Amino acid sequence: GSTLVVVEHEGGVIKPPSLSALAAATCLPDPDSSVSVLLAGSGSSLHQAASHAASCHPSISKVLVADSDKLKNPLAEPWAKLVHLVQQSGGYSHIIAAANSFGKNVMPRVAALLDVSPITDVTGISDSNTFVRPIYAGNALCTVRYTGANPCILTIRSTSFPVPQKSVDSKSNEASISQVDLSTFDEDLSKSRYISQTSQDNERPDLGNARVVVTGGRALKSAENFKLIEEIAKRLGGAVGATRAAVDAGFVPNDLQVGQTGKIVAPELYMAFGVSGAIQHLAGMRDSKVIVAVNNDADAPIFQIADYGLVGDLFEVIPKLLEKLPEKK
Amino acid sequence: MKIMVAIKRVVDYAVKIRVKPDKTGVVTQNVKMSMNPFCEIALEEALRIREAGLASEVVAVSMGSSHSVDTLRTGLAMGADRGIHVEYSASLYPLSVAKILRKLIEIEKPGLLILGKQAIDDDCNQTGQMIAGLLNWPQATFASKVVLDKEKQVATVDREVDDGIETVCLNLPAVITTDLRLNQPRYATLPNIMKAKSKPIKKFTPEELNVEIKSDLEIVQVTEPPKRKAGVIVSSVDELFDKLKHEANVI
Repeated sequence: GSTLVVVEHEGGVIKPPSLSALAAATCLPDPDSSVSVLLAGSGSSLHQAASHAASCHPSISKVLVADSDKLKNPLAEPWAKLVHLVQQSGGYSHIIAAANSFGKNVMPRVAALLDVSPITDVTGISDSNTFVRPIYAGNALCTVRYTGANPCILTIRSTSFPVPQKSVDSKSNEASISQVDLSTFDEDLSKSRYISQTSQDNERPDLGNARVVVTGGRALKSAENFKLIEEIAKRLGGAVGATRAAVDAGFVPNDLQVGQTGKIVAPELYMAFGVSGAIQHLAGMRDSKVIVAVNNDADAPIFQIADYGLVGDLFEVIPKLLEKLPEKK
Repeated sequence: MKIMVAIKRVVDYAVKIRVKPDKTGVVTQNVKMSMNPFCEIALEEALRIREAGLASEVVAVSMGSSHSVDTLRTGLAMGADRGIHVEYSASLYPLSVAKILRKLIEIEKPGLLILGKQAIDDDCNQTGQMIAGLLNWPQATFASKVVLDKEKQVATVDREVDDGIETVCLNLPAVITTDLRLNQPRYATLPNIMKAKSKPIKKFTPEELNVEIKSDLEIVQVTEPPKRKAGVIVSSVDELFDKLKHEANVI
């Protein structure tokens, strides 16, 4: 079989969730498998990202570059057309992307164009057609077998496919880079237009990839108090997260939400302050290595999955904890 | 303009999920079932658009066993004008759901199709994108704000994406899938529940719609997630700090 990995890039490099998708592609147990990477956009950063893709994993044999202004924004309509076009000429057995907001938006549309069922949020690969994915907010795991025609389309959960450390000799087996023939790419962009993107300029590391995540819930009571969470995160070199309740209360923007429908995280250390542990929140962080919970309610469900629990008032606990954590220069 | 809303009957969000001992699925017998929360948000948005005078009719569609009619009645009690039930008792995957919706859209010709971004049972997050692909309609998934312009026949949609909010503008007809913060769905009042009983629900089967249900997926097994080992309750910040530093070695 041969696998196509659809990747996103930014600033001339492949984005971390896409690197996880590449890692997942190399988990497909097929001795003859080859991995191709598809990236698109325009400008010099596209070509830098293509070289990055060519050297970022030894099992990548081909990098396909679609250079078009129509693909510079992450709109589902032209992207789905592009992947469809590339599949028609490449005949891949698998197409993989990360299960982030880009992959989840684009890949089911691709699957519909190809008349196949996609598989969302894969956390485990048993064999080339059998996959594990969480259902019911992670309260059950479903093993599903794909029995349809090629391609088998997957989105993978990044936290389940860690990116391997770059091997020293990766330069020696650099993949070939070629341009996608876009002469038949006649996507009419008038039906959907990209207007803008507003993102929070955050100095903290990215929530999805941070080694430490510090999360606050509604018990923080205000956006002002939420700065305490930011201060702990800062001193631990971690990212800030929030519960749905804290986002809904307007303490922090939506892109910090951890949970079933927010970010899925699995850091080495997850510290939850004033988080009760609703099912949909646990779905987003239950695979963290070490979980710490601080809550004044001893019966809060979060304590059932915490490695270390402390029952107490946040506004007493946090200042004491800050005293013990050295300030980073 | 007519708006179509697809709604799904699922295990209620507050029910504790139990996996069947024979690993064929989760227990759904004698379990409270409700409308999928994202579908409630989708229906609420359609109703608000109609109430703002930008749409003439809201048609709610549901698929599944005869029990789905209960969910449709809830939708009618919330304010949908009429319902369509496509009866099918075996499991339906998003590709088949999208194909059935395509047929219903050919019949009803709505200007907008609104769906929840995912169902909280299978967590697939696929149907809206797939129907948009089948129809070659533009799509705006994970919507947190929808502004319709009746004159220009466009919808401007804010989408919740990984690093913030993205805004797109779609020509109608279009598909929108809803995220949590789009709106707060209303409750059905008792008079409206009574009124809903007399609202029409049209029935179809996939055969009548000429949709062949083929499945390219097989559930091998459903299991419980691995349990985390029991943790400890510490008594002070000092103890917590000490454990994190010397036992877990994470700070």
